[in-house]
Amino acid sequence: MVRRVAADTSIRVMTVPRATLDSRVRPAHAQTTALLRSEADMNELTVDDIEAITLGATLLGTGGGGDPYIAKLVAHQALEEYGPVPVINAADLDPDDLVLTTAIIGAPTVILEKIPAGTEFVGSVKALSSYLGREPAAIMAIEIGGLNTLLPIATAAEMGLPIVNCDGMRRAFPQIEMTVFTLAGISAGPLSIADEKGNQCVFETTTNQIAESLARSAVIQLGLANSISCYPMTAGTLVDNAIHGSLTYCANIGKLLQAAQTGEDGAWDHFLSETGSREFFTGKVVDLDRRTTDGFAKSTVILEDLHGSDSTMRVEVQNENLIAFLDGEAVITTPNLICLLDHETLEPLTTESVAYGNRAVVIGMPCAPEWHRDGMLELVGPAAFGYEIDYVELDA
Amino acid sequence: MKTENALRIGVDVGGTNTDAVVIDDAGAVLSKVKVATTPAPIDGIRAALDAVLPDVDTSRITKAMLGTTHPANAIIQRRELDKVGVLRLAAPSSFGVRSGAAWPDDIRNLVLGAAAIIEGGNEYTGQEIAPLDDEAVKRFAGDAIEAGCNAIAVSAAFSPASNDHELRAFELLRAELGPEIAVSLSHQVGSLGLLERENATILNAALLSVATSVVEGFEAALSAHDLEVDAFLTQNDGTLMTAAHAGRFPVLTLGSGPTNSMRGACALAGVNDAVVIDIGGTSADAGILVDGFPRESSAAVEVGGVRTNFRMPDLISIGLGGGTVVRDARAGNGDSLVVGPDSVGYAVATEARCMGGSTLTLSDISLAAGRLRTFGDARLVEDLDESLVIDSLAWVDEQVMIMTERMKSSRDEVPLLAVGGGAHLVSDDIAGVSAVLRPENFAIANAYGACIAEASGTVDRVYSYDTDGRDDCIADARDLAVNAAVRAGADPEEIRITAVTEIPMTYVPGGGCRVMVKAAGPLA
Repeated sequence: MVRRVAADTSIRVMTVPRATLDSRVRPAHAQTTALLRSEADMNELTVDDIEAITLGATLLGTGGGGDPYIAKLVAHQALEEYGPVPVINAADLDPDDLVLTTAIIGAPTVILEKIPAGTEFVGSVKALSSYLGREPAAIMAIEIGGLNTLLPIATAAEMGLPIVNCDGMRRAFPQIEMTVFTLAGISAGPLSIADEKGNQCVFETTTNQIAESLARSAVIQLGLANSISCYPMTAGTLVDNAIHGSLTYCANIGKLLQAAQTGEDGAWDHFLSETGSREFFTGKVVDLDRRTTDGFAKSTVILEDLHGSDSTMRVEVQNENLIAFLDGEAVITTPNLICLLDHETLEPLTTESVAYGNRAVVIGMPCAPEWHRDGMLELVGPAAFGYEIDYVELDA
Repeated sequence: MKTENALRIGVDVGGTNTDAVVIDDAGAVLSKVKVATTPAPIDGIRAALDAVLPDVDTSRITKAMLGTTHPANAIIQRRELDKVGVLRLAAPSSFGVRSGAAWPDDIRNLVLGAAAIIEGGNEYTGQEIAPLDDEAVKRFAGDAIEAGCNAIAVSAAFSPASNDHELRAFELLRAELGPEIAVSLSHQVGSLGLLERENATILNAALLSVATSVVEGFEAALSAHDLEVDAFLTQNDGTLMTAAHAGRFPVLTLGSGPTNSMRGACALAGVNDAVVIDIGGTSADAGILVDGFPRESSAAVEVGGVRTNFRMPDLISIGLGGGTVVRDARAGNGDSLVVGPDSVGYAVATEARCMGGSTLTLSDISLAAGRLRTFGDARLVEDLDESLVIDSLAWVDEQVMIMTERMKSSRDEVPLLAVGGGAHLVSDDIAGVSAVLRPENFAIANAYGACIAEASGTVDRVYSYDTDGRDDCIADARDLAVNAAVRAGADPEEIRITAVTEIPMTYVPGGGCRVMVKAAGPLA
């Protein structure tokens, strides 16, 4: 894994070999940037960290990932009630320690009415722990991006366990199998689903795609606002395969963006350079086409140049922003992140909130380097979402 | 039956002024008046009626409409609010976020009395999350009394689709507490989104005393003039509810001020679709009217720091007004012309250069450029640097253009209505605008907007398109909305559907779709 920094510009360039066959030889900290090096900065998570993490999570939601508002309130209440949560790195644990994940699974519209109880998350962890015959040493998020960033913090607080500073996506994706763990051949199963009433089930699965469809069919029966605990792993497996530092990354980009939002001098450039992001377009939303097929909220957003040139940008959306075309040419593609931010406030615009007339900055943000390995394109590249478009490397 | 040549009175109680108008069937203004708003709004309403009625044949008046910001101000200023017992029917779900979470401490301490989350509520399928715990409802009634609550707010999961538990809880509470303690039910107040709907229901319950005094005061003021008329209040969306209904649902009036203003201005200008920019001394507010109604904001609306899910007008506000301060520092460092965001506000009448003051404001610029003609002494701004005037107005024009663009929902040109004391700042030539309209009488736009308000009905529920077919689902929602509008007093012959919104539910099988339909029509 190589990370090259273009020292003479504000653009940070990342070049990554496509095939990193033996992930075990990759030291977990090799690719740290200034931002990722701050893994050690956060020893514990308190209520004071929630706003920045929520903003970072909204950005990493890349237009989707579910509105983190309710999750923010859940995390806030849990931290107030149970106290701060220790933040640890996977390498701090005994390699044989068990780490369990939690996430909400269901439908965003239902979650607005069926507010989490908290017990469903603890329930899914306990169900899986009981099935495995082992207690977890820590909790982690599977998806740092959108509302699933914040809910595991509440679970960790309630269970009195530390949270591991890593995840499997470092952005939002719509399906369980879309993780770097799948690329590493790690099974999503056995996995557990739990509701707030005490109903629980554990699935053994043969592929991570089946894990997704079994989980989805269970939650339809359980009210579409449930907890899932999947990808049970030892700390040793995490050290080799997870995206490390995701939680601090999320908190830090949230802080950097907060600084930019308050108009702090140079803060926006700092945000861009720290994340290796690049502004691709500044425009006005002139067309918006929303439709829903197969449970996906698909839409197309077209922006015209704010400065009056004929240039246009088109963003294709399926729950998350997936492809950005500049004058017909794909310039940002999944799994790299496409983020629309309000031109005036720098508030991230979500798929639901974007509207005609919005003036937006479109940035491309590199996905976590851990994504760059065999199978990435088949799992989360443009083709995985039905686009006949080549993946585009994000560089200067 | 409609009375021939019937008249109606519209009264608007704003923060500064209370306006009243009398209009005829054709919408012509027969009489208008503007008086100062009084600490007890009823005094201002009385004064306005006293002043507007003398030259009018009061026997022809059949209806009276009131628009008021009094409940909104009660929340913002945290005064006259009732103590509320908050009952949520959703257990075992929802314990992760308790009632009153994310409220500012001052209003939470003031308003929230007892609070409980008990078993009840429904799933998205309509099945019960748990059977309603009758005993827990009764226990809660006792706790609420003990905590000194004089109103109760009840919210159940998915009650906009399944309201049985809320209705049953109402019966149980009524039996325990008697009619003295009012009970607000969330399905009658808000739409999908439990936390925001619960917040709205709590605010509604907290406003019941205020609402009663407003409604009784309005009716007393009408009686004092021997007016036996139907009394209505305007609600957030610019439609009417009867005064009796408003007494029970005051929270629905919170956004009526800007709505009445926009609807009134458009009606006075004779247009149904337009962007409206209201420029005062300090700020410019822009909204858009589509088919006679303000476009509603999709974002959550905070009232006094409390997040709700009301359908409020989609407004943007920037610091641009007649009193906005202009600072010319170009001589100093080369390129710095700073307009605003601060303003001398109402003091523009004494502070502005053209009024003999010492502060350079946008009014001075506008006067120097010939846009403003009825204010100030042009000789006092003759010496202004021409490029300063041009650059300042270029900034104003760009801001107005940007606000208009942000409001427009398509690329088509629309008329722009410029109203308010700072309307002179708006150029007659703005890109993307078909014409700039400056209606006469816009000073009484709010009261006029209240006068022309219609009755409406809305429905907001989740349908399964796969099971029932999209067309049948939409037809059902339309029927329900029309029926609701008729119940609200609309003339069945003239009801039209004013909005149909479909929000497909991601990850929900069976083609789940949230459908929102609104129907409106003139009063029967």
